[in-house]
Amino acid sequence: MAFAAFATSEAQPEAPKKKSRVAFFLLLPGILYLILFFLTPLISLILTSLQQPAEFGDVGEYEYAFNWQNYVVVIQDYLPHILRSFGYALVATVFALLFSYPIAYFIGVKARRWPLLQSLMLVLVIAPFFISFLLRTLAWKQILSDESLIITSLKALSLLAPDAHFTGTPFAVIFGLTYNFIPFMTLPLYTALERLDTRYLEAGSDLYANPFTVFRKITIPLSMPGIVAGTLLTFIPAAGDYVNASRDFLGGPDTQMMGNVIEANFLVLLNYPAAAALSIILMAAILVLVGIYVKRSGTEELL
Amino acid sequence: MSGEGQAGVVLSGFTNSEEGERRRPVQVPRRRRVGLGDWLLPVYVTLAFIFLMIPIAYTFIFSFNDSLKSNISWRGFTLDKWLNVCNVEGGAVCEAFANSIVIGVVATVVATVLGTLIAIALVRYRFRARSAISLLLFLPMATPEVVLGAGLAAQFLAAGVPKDMTTIILAHTMFCISFVVVTVKARVASLDPALEEAGRDLYGSPQQVWWRITFPLLLPGIMAAALLSFALSFDDFIITNFNSGSVTTFPKYIYISASRGIPAEANVIASAVFIIALAVVVINQVSRAARAKRLAKELG
Repeated sequence: MAFAAFATSEAQPEAPKKKSRVAFFLLLPGILYLILFFLTPLISLILTSLQQPAEFGDVGEYEYAFNWQNYVVVIQDYLPHILRSFGYALVATVFALLFSYPIAYFIGVKARRWPLLQSLMLVLVIAPFFISFLLRTLAWKQILSDESLIITSLKALSLLAPDAHFTGTPFAVIFGLTYNFIPFMTLPLYTALERLDTRYLEAGSDLYANPFTVFRKITIPLSMPGIVAGTLLTFIPAAGDYVNASRDFLGGPDTQMMGNVIEANFLVLLNYPAAAALSIILMAAILVLVGIYVKRSGTEELL
Repeated sequence: MSGEGQAGVVLSGFTNSEEGERRRPVQVPRRRRVGLGDWLLPVYVTLAFIFLMIPIAYTFIFSFNDSLKSNISWRGFTLDKWLNVCNVEGGAVCEAFANSIVIGVVATVVATVLGTLIAIALVRYRFRARSAISLLLFLPMATPEVVLGAGLAAQFLAAGVPKDMTTIILAHTMFCISFVVVTVKARVASLDPALEEAGRDLYGSPQQVWWRITFPLLLPGIMAAALLSFALSFDDFIITNFNSGSVTTFPKYIYISASRGIPAEANVIASAVFIIALAVVVINQVSRAARAKRLAKELG
């Protein structure tokens, strides 16, 4: 699928494959594991989302039912959070794409003469992965807090209103999501651009296309698989994230996303059916959006 | 999935690109007149890299802060935190770190074994329900982490399983398997079946062929997959948070302490992990480049 598109880059020569009982024993343990700990949890999530509070039960006690009104209730209660999740994730994905494309182009096309430089720059792109996700988000919180050097000097220069905040605003959450998922965008873009045949670009300019037209008509279409993979890899985790939007990190009371309410309902309020219903909505919405997006961008062969 | 999850796909793409790079002749863009892009792009890329490094530099610098309980304002340089990492809060940071290591190692071993077997089957054999199995392997990578975490937690709740180290390990193994399969699959596919045939022709038993030929040739891919699994498990927070009960891992420790302030010792551990990981990757890249150069020279 889209992910495999750049993970297994080469078209493999089709080796003669044998049919054997060995395959069954090779697959059995791993597939059984995924059935037990991936597939059945999804099913139990669906069952949980339809539960109703147990009669004479304590807080957090539920019994199985077909209480589909749970979905109506959570959509009514959490519509702003649902819209916010997808809105923030979308904006962050666009920012990450705009930020990453020039980097990926430079590493993948301009730096081809220097393979070592190429790989060292790739190491720099993934370097943020090597430091804890939560710590780097907290670092931004402190760098951009109201008392920080950056914010106070912006205020001194009157570039920012004296009572303005950065942390706790939607902008801060989107900033954090963008920063944290940039490597997911840059690497697939790089993989696509690294394979770009530059002779096409030369042919374009030989035919008197200006650089902008060459970029729009040749570079972008040829890097489309990377754009699709990168946007999916950024959008899906960003829509489900709740660390950036959390109040202790970059968010505030008005920036809570679906992940935050799923966590709160599951771990704090012990309202498991609501958390489960929200999770199912999140997953279904993502699958639908991804399906439409992949279809429209004409890269179905990736899947 | 969140960050940590997809990091895997990205990283595995990174480790696998080696095969392709060697075969393809490098195409160098033709020299033209010097245009806007020739200086603007490098300047932008430099600034972008500086931007990416800011929070890393911040975390590193504040590991030397002579802070009290929380580590927010700069109070002077000290090496104390590096020398006495475990002396804070009765060693809570170190305990969380040790938990993360144990969970990471066990989940990595299990996921690498299960994933490698699947990868071999996928490349080498024909079998029924292949597309269903591919979907089952792909879906965990495309599911948001919060859904994976809540799903497992709901299942453990329904089954009455108490949450502890075991449930964390079970959860981590689950999301690592798919990444192992993706990483090892590329290596299996690039393996020349003639080598194994030669082994069998020379009367090697299946065990001998596996241990003397197949396994050593797959080892680089398996190692890459194992490192990837460990990195994913070590930095996972969202799935862990749903399935950990009262057990604290390193990321969970940071999440819990975020409201009252993170001690500088957490920065020390994160910085040390960062330096080790960076060193491993850089050494790997440099030695790979050196090997490619040597090969190119030998081939004339």
